[in-house]
Amino acid sequence: MAEKNNDFEPNIVAFLCNWCSYAGADLAGTSRIQYPPNVRVIRVMCSGRVNPLFVMNALQQGADGVLISGCHPGDCHYMQGNYYARRRFALMRNFLEYLGVEPERVRMSWVSASEGAKWKEVIEEVVSGVKSVGPMNKFQRRQLNW
Amino acid sequence: MNGKPKIGVYVCHCGTNIAGVVNVEEVVQFASTLPDVVVARNYSYMCSDPGQALITDDIEKYGLNRVVVASCSPRMHEPTFRKTLLSGGLNPYFLEMANIREQCSWVHEDPIAATQKAKRIVEAAVVKARRLEALDVKEVDVEPACLIIGAGIAGIQAALDIADAGFKVYLVEKSPTVGGHMAQLDKTFPTLDCSACILTPKMVDVANHPNIELMTYSQVEEISGYIGNFDVKVRKKSRFVDMDKCTGCGACADVCRMAGRIPNEFDEGIGMRGAIYLPFPQAVPAKYTIDKENCLFLSKGKCGESPRCKDACQADAINFDLQDEIVEFKVGTIIVATGYDVFDARKKPEYAYGVYDNVLTALEFERLVNASGPTGGKIVMLERGKKKKKKEGEEAEPPKVPKSITFIQCVGSRDKSVGNEYCSRVCCMYTAKLAHLAKDKIPDCEVTIFYMDVRAFGKGFEEFYDRVRREGVRYIRGNPSEIFKRGDKLVVKAEDTLTTTPLEHETDMVVLSVGLVPRSDNREIIDLLKLSQSSDLFYLEAHPKLRPVDTASDGVFLAGVCQGPKDIPDAVAQAKGAASAAMIPMASGKVKVEAQTSEVNEATCRGCGFCVAVCPFAAIELVETTRNGWPVKVARVNEALCKGCGACAAACLSGSIQQRSFKDVQILPQIQALGVK
Repeated sequence: MAEKNNDFEPNIVAFLCNWCSYAGADLAGTSRIQYPPNVRVIRVMCSGRVNPLFVMNALQQGADGVLISGCHPGDCHYMQGNYYARRRFALMRNFLEYLGVEPERVRMSWVSASEGAKWKEVIEEVVSGVKSVGPMNKFQRRQLNW
Repeated sequence: MNGKPKIGVYVCHCGTNIAGVVNVEEVVQFASTLPDVVVARNYSYMCSDPGQALITDDIEKYGLNRVVVASCSPRMHEPTFRKTLLSGGLNPYFLEMANIREQCSWVHEDPIAATQKAKRIVEAAVVKARRLEALDVKEVDVEPACLIIGAGIAGIQAALDIADAGFKVYLVEKSPTVGGHMAQLDKTFPTLDCSACILTPKMVDVANHPNIELMTYSQVEEISGYIGNFDVKVRKKSRFVDMDKCTGCGACADVCRMAGRIPNEFDEGIGMRGAIYLPFPQAVPAKYTIDKENCLFLSKGKCGESPRCKDACQADAINFDLQDEIVEFKVGTIIVATGYDVFDARKKPEYAYGVYDNVLTALEFERLVNASGPTGGKIVMLERGKKKKKKEGEEAEPPKVPKSITFIQCVGSRDKSVGNEYCSRVCCMYTAKLAHLAKDKIPDCEVTIFYMDVRAFGKGFEEFYDRVRREGVRYIRGNPSEIFKRGDKLVVKAEDTLTTTPLEHETDMVVLSVGLVPRSDNREIIDLLKLSQSSDLFYLEAHPKLRPVDTASDGVFLAGVCQGPKDIPDAVAQAKGAASAAMIPMASGKVKVEAQTSEVNEATCRGCGFCVAVCPFAAIELVETTRNGWPVKVARVNEALCKGCGACAAACLSGSIQQRSFKDVQILPQIQALGVK
């Protein structure tokens, strides 16, 4: 199913909350911490905004992997949005597994505004995880005209 | 909507910050091919005046109704460019930023990959921009009052500034007195001002100021609301002393059965107090407090025949039935000035703090040299835990005076082994000050300082350091590895790293210059206000350079060491900064609130209430309405309460509730653009 290819450079779509993870990714930037360019970011105000539909959609639209990242438990700017994200993520993972999507493709992490170095680690893990399962060819890609 | 989208794309070089890695020309070329893009340009610094003028000129020239700026993080310049749109006559929410600096050029070295990624980021911004909508910027009234948490020097200064400007201040302090750590100090470096002499007038001022409501021995329990309209609940802990009646005479403390048996926190445990006490003679308010854990009557229910303090109090101020009081009020802004703890020297067991009586922390030494401290300012050898009282008639042996005192700097600072990588910024200078005071009080005392570096960076600091060395204080570069006892003497084992000689230094007293650490109860405020912490666990400012007193929560500001180590001048300066920042919304009387709130499509809402259940701010409710003549329930959003997290939008099964600027139809095209291989 998953073809392993050393030259394979995956496309990964990341949903980051504005307050912790997006700021953490910014900090990696201001600290000039280098990491692989495979991850492309969509900023949302809270990880709790991430609809499971977005994840499915990303995998349909050509992404090989998806990352959702928010504030550490207890630190959510909106009190509990990251808990919602975590619960949705847990359910979605089961669903994706049922559909035959490798669990390496969809990841969730907590990265705070001060964790530029952790952001790099997360990216490296996600990229190598997605690389290990190869390109996402499971879902038919469909060109939409927004 | 302003009809068909006409988008202008502006790619910033940011000098070489972006252009050094990303091929800006190529990105512009690519952007100009994207749908609805009318004009695409690049410029060296988009945020500069001429950069912004490019945008406003193009809005007019090309009739642009959407703008994409590809530059730094929106967390940096989104407000800047929103203003640009506004001055160009466009609704500020028609802006979308593409972050090609922090999350692209600065983190990728390969120009080809970085350019490729920048194109994708710009494309995602353009497709989102096509679907942007104009939003109303709403304003709410600001309550002209400020809550200040913590009444150390930073909290006091901020309170005075705001109160003097004519605004109401609620100053809440946990301990029974204001003053904080500064009140514990003897002299201040480098000017050798007496700390109390410059602080106590300010302490009295905050207590007497007509615009300041001072709540000592109090704790903030709940904060809800948002900038301009915070609802605060404070618990005023019972002192079991009627504040109106107490005259502060001290007759109660003299007769307390526990007198002299409880370590006084203010004296760092070197001095003792009773169960009813005044932390120190100049405490403000000068009212006594009963500590209920140690009071025999309150903890055991019995104190002799009757409590002596109650009998001694002529003002009849002592009342064991007094209860905690809950006070509620409304403020527009909040300043957090909760200060710090000193590093727990027990975490460096090699220095034997807590093992030997005469290994003490600098703050303990500070109390020892302080004229109002437990020894009346005499530096003496300590005999901890030993009964001080002698049998009646017996002459007490005079305490010994140390012949040599050794300071060790950077205890718990610049030390990865204890998890504190940062410099405490004060221990070099306060060590120099204490060394000077030691020499001053005991002229023949041999004073030695072990140091790693001396960082005398402030105004007058280097001169002071020179002066102390001239006075005969010996500096040895080298971090001691161990302290042990040999006979009566303490031995500091170290290496002089300038001569690379190992040495054992004998001394009577060792003073550990401990660093500053975040307060152990930092968490309480984080939970109350949703503050972020930096990696050293001090509170995180919104931007380290440009917004040093702001937090990520609008209307909440930081002052003093709770944000990071500072000396007194810096803490005061920052407090003044925080006061001024907090006064801006109060002075203008109005503040703009979140426009990216949620909206409901009532035609498709089926009234399931999932959104109501997930909303953390209780901003959504189900209301009765009619659809085609039938009664139905639909969700409705209270715009003032909605903070724009979007949790409701993710929960809605029919997509009927959407977060403005982050609608499904705005995010999905972004996903598509970024997913493209």
